[in-house]
Amino acid sequence: MTAVPVPHRVVARRAETADTVTLRFEPVGSALPDFLPGQFAMVHSFGRGEIPVSVSSVQATGGLAHTVRSVGAVSDGLCAARVGDVVGIRGPYGTSWESARARGRDVVIVAGGIGFAPLRPLILAVLAEPAAYRSVNVLIGARTPSDLIARAEVASWATAYTGVTVDQPEVDWRGDVGVVTELLGRAQFEPEETTAYVCGPEPMIRATSRELAHLGVPRDRIQVSLERNMRCATGHCGHCQLGPLLVCRAGPVVDWTCAEPLLSVREL
Amino acid sequence: MSAAPAALDRDGLSALVAVLVADGRTVVGPTVRDGAIVLSELDSADALPYGWGVELEAGRYRLVPREDGAAFAHSAGPQSWKNFLHPSRERLWSADRTAEGEVTFTAHEPAAPAYAFLGVRPCDLRAIAIQDRVLIGGRYEDTGYGTRRRGALLIAAECTEPGATCFCISTGGGPAADPGYDLALTEVVDEDGHRFLVRVGSEEGARLLERVPHHGADLATEATARASVDAARDRMGRSLPPVDLRSLMGASLDAERWNDVAERCLTCGNCTMVCPTCFCTTTEEVTDLTGDHTERWQRWDSCFDLDFSYLHGGSVRRSPRSRYRQWLTHKLSTWHDQFDTTGCVGCGRCIAWCPVGIDITEEVAALDAERGTESD
Repeated sequence: MTAVPVPHRVVARRAETADTVTLRFEPVGSALPDFLPGQFAMVHSFGRGEIPVSVSSVQATGGLAHTVRSVGAVSDGLCAARVGDVVGIRGPYGTSWESARARGRDVVIVAGGIGFAPLRPLILAVLAEPAAYRSVNVLIGARTPSDLIARAEVASWATAYTGVTVDQPEVDWRGDVGVVTELLGRAQFEPEETTAYVCGPEPMIRATSRELAHLGVPRDRIQVSLERNMRCATGHCGHCQLGPLLVCRAGPVVDWTCAEPLLSVREL
Repeated sequence: MSAAPAALDRDGLSALVAVLVADGRTVVGPTVRDGAIVLSELDSADALPYGWGVELEAGRYRLVPREDGAAFAHSAGPQSWKNFLHPSRERLWSADRTAEGEVTFTAHEPAAPAYAFLGVRPCDLRAIAIQDRVLIGGRYEDTGYGTRRRGALLIAAECTEPGATCFCISTGGGPAADPGYDLALTEVVDEDGHRFLVRVGSEEGARLLERVPHHGADLATEATARASVDAARDRMGRSLPPVDLRSLMGASLDAERWNDVAERCLTCGNCTMVCPTCFCTTTEEVTDLTGDHTERWQRWDSCFDLDFSYLHGGSVRRSPRSRYRQWLTHKLSTWHDQFDTTGCVGCGRCIAWCPVGIDITEEVAALDAERGTESD
């Protein structure tokens, strides 16, 4: 069966930042199978095309939502969608964050920029079961305070430690300035007993995962979400290759044992 | 299918094509056009390239007349069967928007003529098996490919005349047809005449053979056919170094040789277009003038294209060096990781049709030599 998008109506729209919008969807007719945190969908903008977007909310907890940053023709079109508009979505595709591997352990979740969005459903799932984990730490970095997503929601989370830092402060910013790895020293975790989840720009994933591994977090307990060009999401178009991986089916979530050698080769 | 081999003469082959055409099949086979032996729809066996061979070299392809009048004594031309099974452009689905803003999506029924492929070389038979693994062998199926593939009848022509750019032996293949065909022909031209040894590979092949005039192959025909296929094994024009290619590629990601080949490579993508296993595609959104009807089209793409690896902010593989490396390491190494098979059948098309004559066997040999130098 050809993978054809399923119509979904935009039921809520929230402008997160100047260039980022969260859209919440309800199926117009038949629904897609349940997404897991970390998985992605191909989202269609009518007349423009399709892009892969990880889910920022799943059906099981609050309904299907995508957070989209406007960086090209398709994402521009999606960011301009209004409540009531119909958008085509197909999925779920790819691997998910393995939260079961964190049970009984310290959890460290590190987000850079829009990389916060794919981690959000994982954070909600972990916080919904506080007794299942020794501690939960959420570390968030962004370019500027204006680029921070869901600040009120983040402030409401009951974690062992929540840190927010920006590269460039603005006049009313009283928080941390610097790269997100600088927050690791304040988080409450025992590296050998930690499961970590990292999503953000590739240099941030590389720096953060290396630092976590250096601190003693086992490499196979550091999960990262990778991004590559994708046209089909079904393993046929060849675009999402990263060395031996087809990111659409082996990823987007892979562990650092797998990702480290691949992200260490320039232009792979 | 262990039935004794049969033999067809030229009239028998003509009858075979006539039966396929009468059955409503679209018969595709080699024919001479535009100075090359191309694959095209055939109305009759008369269109086969009787009496034509080819001379190949890196960046060079020439037709040459043959005195023996053979139809299948030529090696790979500019096309392969992917042009038919995995066409360069295909509509996937369309979407329509009403005045009220409701949107419906409609899957496109794939164009699927009942193909009969005549003269599939053993290397190309292996290439079809590789594309099967990629496009219909995984969790998701390329519907269009699957529909066309399952409807296609494959008549192989074993290789008795390898070209100067051929190296199928190095990729685990050979001039004899592997299973997967419906019928396999081996052409024999000698003082006893012009005929085709026929082996049956499927029930459908057997039924087809029953409908055309044929006779049991005599021992001499069988022996001559076997001998010429065996002899072809030793007549391959090129070879890859006899090393583990996966580990060679894995150890060569930082090789100096990529800079050397990047000096010559035009990143035109010809090698990926002529390659019988290269499967990569991109998608295009096409709207009509109303703006309320849009179509999703798939078309061939090439990893040599700068846009192939585009992410917001720029392409991952910007340098020609990284794009040639992607193509070669995928073909010979990471294809195994992704699809549990090599991506190269040694047909030599990428060598012949490279406008600057880059030779995959020479590049691999240079990478092997460079690794040897480093480990000394």
